[in-house]
Amino acid sequence: MSNNVSRRTFIQGSATAGVVVSGAGAILANTEEAWALSTEVLSGDTALSILIMARTLYPHDFLGDQYYAEVVANLDEQAKTDSSLVDKLDNGVKELSKVIESDRTYNVPFKDQSSGLQLQNLKRIDGSDFFETVRGATLAGLYGNPRVAALFGWEGSSVEHGGYINRGFNDIGWLPKS
Amino acid sequence: MTKKFDLNDDSVVVVIGSGAGGGTLGNELSQKGINVVCLEAGKKLSLDDIENDWGAMFGKLSWVDKRQGTGDLLAGLPLWVCKTVGGTTVHWAGASLRFKDHEFRARSKYGEIEGANLLDWPIDPNEMERFYSMAEDKMGTTGTHGIPRLPGNNNFQVMEYGAKAIGYNDVHTGNMSINSQPRDGRPGCHQIGFCMAGCAIGAKWSTLYTEIPKAEATGRFELRSESMVLKINHNKEGKATGVVYVDADGNTHEQKARVVAIAGNSVETPRILLNSESNMFSDGMANSSGQVGKNFMRHMTGTVYGTMPGAVHFDRGTQMAGIVMDESGHDDSRGFAGGYYMQTLPGFGLSAIAGNIGNMSVDSPGKWGRNYTREVVENYKNMAGMWLVGEDMPQEKNGVTLHSSEKDQYGLPIPVVHFEDHPNDVVMRNHAFKAGSAVYQAGGSKKQYQLPPFPSTHNLGTCRMSADARDGVCSSTGATHDISNLFISDGSSFTTGAAANPTLTIVALAIRQAENMSKLLSQNSI
Repeated sequence: MSNNVSRRTFIQGSATAGVVVSGAGAILANTEEAWALSTEVLSGDTALSILIMARTLYPHDFLGDQYYAEVVANLDEQAKTDSSLVDKLDNGVKELSKVIESDRTYNVPFKDQSSGLQLQNLKRIDGSDFFETVRGATLAGLYGNPRVAALFGWEGSSVEHGGYINRGFNDIGWLPKS
Repeated sequence: MTKKFDLNDDSVVVVIGSGAGGGTLGNELSQKGINVVCLEAGKKLSLDDIENDWGAMFGKLSWVDKRQGTGDLLAGLPLWVCKTVGGTTVHWAGASLRFKDHEFRARSKYGEIEGANLLDWPIDPNEMERFYSMAEDKMGTTGTHGIPRLPGNNNFQVMEYGAKAIGYNDVHTGNMSINSQPRDGRPGCHQIGFCMAGCAIGAKWSTLYTEIPKAEATGRFELRSESMVLKINHNKEGKATGVVYVDADGNTHEQKARVVAIAGNSVETPRILLNSESNMFSDGMANSSGQVGKNFMRHMTGTVYGTMPGAVHFDRGTQMAGIVMDESGHDDSRGFAGGYYMQTLPGFGLSAIAGNIGNMSVDSPGKWGRNYTREVVENYKNMAGMWLVGEDMPQEKNGVTLHSSEKDQYGLPIPVVHFEDHPNDVVMRNHAFKAGSAVYQAGGSKKQYQLPPFPSTHNLGTCRMSADARDGVCSSTGATHDISNLFISDGSSFTTGAAANPTLTIVALAIRQAENMSKLLSQNSI
C-alpha cells in the first residue's frame, strides 16, 4: 500500500471512516477510534458499504467499528481466491445504492444514504444471495471473534484453564432456593 | 504391535464402523478370542486433536460427504453425525437412559396408529436388563453401579428450579457416560463444556479411547481407518464373503470375511446394502422384506432457549447433565403416544445462537436489526437452554434411497434421506415446547424461543429388527433374516425409537450380539 501513496485518492468518508484508495485495494482509516483496515481486492466503496451493512444488521452500541471492519477484512481475504465474490459484493452494493420511490428509481451511494434509507434498502433485499453472504460473514466474523464474543459472555475454550470445575460452573446466585 | 490380517484371510469378522455399535462389537468379539478387522471411513484423531472450538471440531469430526435431505430435513446437511474413528461416540453428549418396557412393546401398548408402521421389538425387555447393566458398567454411567451423578451446572439449576416449581419430581443430572470421578483409566469430568465437540480429557466414554485400544491390546483386532466401504460381496449360496473398500490412497481392496457386521449409522448401513445389489439380490442385500432403508426415525426433537433474569453462562460445564423424566411415560391423556425427556443443552457458541434463533425460531424478532441484537444476542449470558427428545413414529415413507444420478467422491450414488413428521410427532413437540417454556417461566423467564429440530443426531430404524422376516431386515440378534452371516450392529436395527438417547441401547445390543455371534461361530453355524 505505502508504495502507492502518490496515487491515493481520498474518497469522501462517512462519519464512520475515511477511505483511501490505492489501485485495486483500499485503506479504511478511522482516526478517532485509531484503527485502519486495508483491503487488497475490495474497492473502498464496496468495503465501506459492507462495513455499514454489517453494523446495520447486527448493531451493538458498545462495539467500535473496528470489529465490523474485521468482517470486511475476512471477505476481502476470501475474495482473493474467489473472484465471483468480488462481483457479488460490488453488484450487491450497486443494488443497495438504488433509492426506489414508487415507480421511480434514483441513485445514491449506499454509504452516503441516511440510516433510514439504508435500513429500507436492506429490508428490500433481505434474503437475497448477496444479503445472506454478508449476513453469514457478519455472524461468523463478528460473533465468532473471541474478543467480541467475550463481551457477550461467551468464554471460549476452557480446557487449558482446567474447565469450569473450579471456575464457576455452578455459581448461579440469583435463583431462589427451592 | 497391533495385529495385521491378510486380505485373503476369510476367517475374520469384518465390522464396518467403529462407533457405539461397531467399536463395541469389535472389542467384545476380540475379547472372546475372535479375529476382527474393523473398517472405518474416517480418520483417527487423538485427544490432542480435540479443541474447544465448535467450528474446528465440526470440520474434523462431521460426516459431510454429500447427502440430500428431503421433507422436513435440511437439504444440504440432513444429519449431524461423524466420520472419524469412534464414530458419533466422539460427538455424543453422553446421556445413557434405558428404554422402558412399554417402548419395547410399542405396537401392543400404543395400538394401531394411522400412518405409523409400529411393531413390538422381538426382544423381551427383561432379557435386556443384563445387557443394559453390562453396558452401563462398561461406559461408567453415572447413577448406576454405585457411580455418583455429576454435579449440576448453572443451566441444570435453572431447569431444576423451574421444573420442581411446576410440579415435576423426577429431575436430576441424568445417567451420563461421563466419569463423575476417575474410572477405567480415564479422569473425572472437569466441567469443560464442549462435550459435543469431543471430550478433550477423555472423561466422556467414546470407543475412540476405550473399546478400540482395548480391542487392539488383545492382538486380535485390526482397525483400518480411512477405509470407505463400497459394497459387500457374496457367493452363489447367498452368503457374505467379503467387503470391498477404498483406502486413504484411493486403492480398492476386498477383505475376505467369515461374517460381516454393519454399523455405519442409519444412513450408511442401508446404503451399503442397497449398493450391494447383484443378480441374486436385485433390490440390495438382505432386502427380501423391502424394508432396507425404510422406517427412518430421528426422534421427536426441539430446543427451547429461555432468557432468564440473571446470568446463567450455560456453556459452562457438562452440556447434557440435566434431565426432567416426568413426561417420559406413555399417557394417552396428553393426546399422543409415547413420551419425551427434557435435557439441558446450551447453544454451541455465540455465533451459532445469534444465527440459529433468528433463522429457526418464529418467537424471534426477525433475524437481524436492533430489536434482534438487543433482545437476543445481548442476552446471551442470561440464556438457559434445553433439548426435547421423544419417541417418533416409524413411517414407511421415511427413509434412505440412492440418488438416481448424483455420485459422491467414491463414485457411489449419494444417499437421499427423507423424513416427514407424523401427526403424533407434531402433537408431542407442541406439548414439549409448552412444557419446556413453562419450566423457564417458572424461573422468571419472560421470553423463550422454540426451535424446530437441528440436523438429526439420533438416526434409527432403517434396517429394523422384526419377529417376522416380512416386516423387517434382521432378527433380535441383528442377524439379517436373509443372510445368516450378515449382521446389523447399530441403531439401524431399532424396531422403534423409544424416547431415550439411543447410544446405551446400541451398546447393550452390541454386547448381546457379540455373545450370540461367538456362540454361532463356535458351533460352526455361521
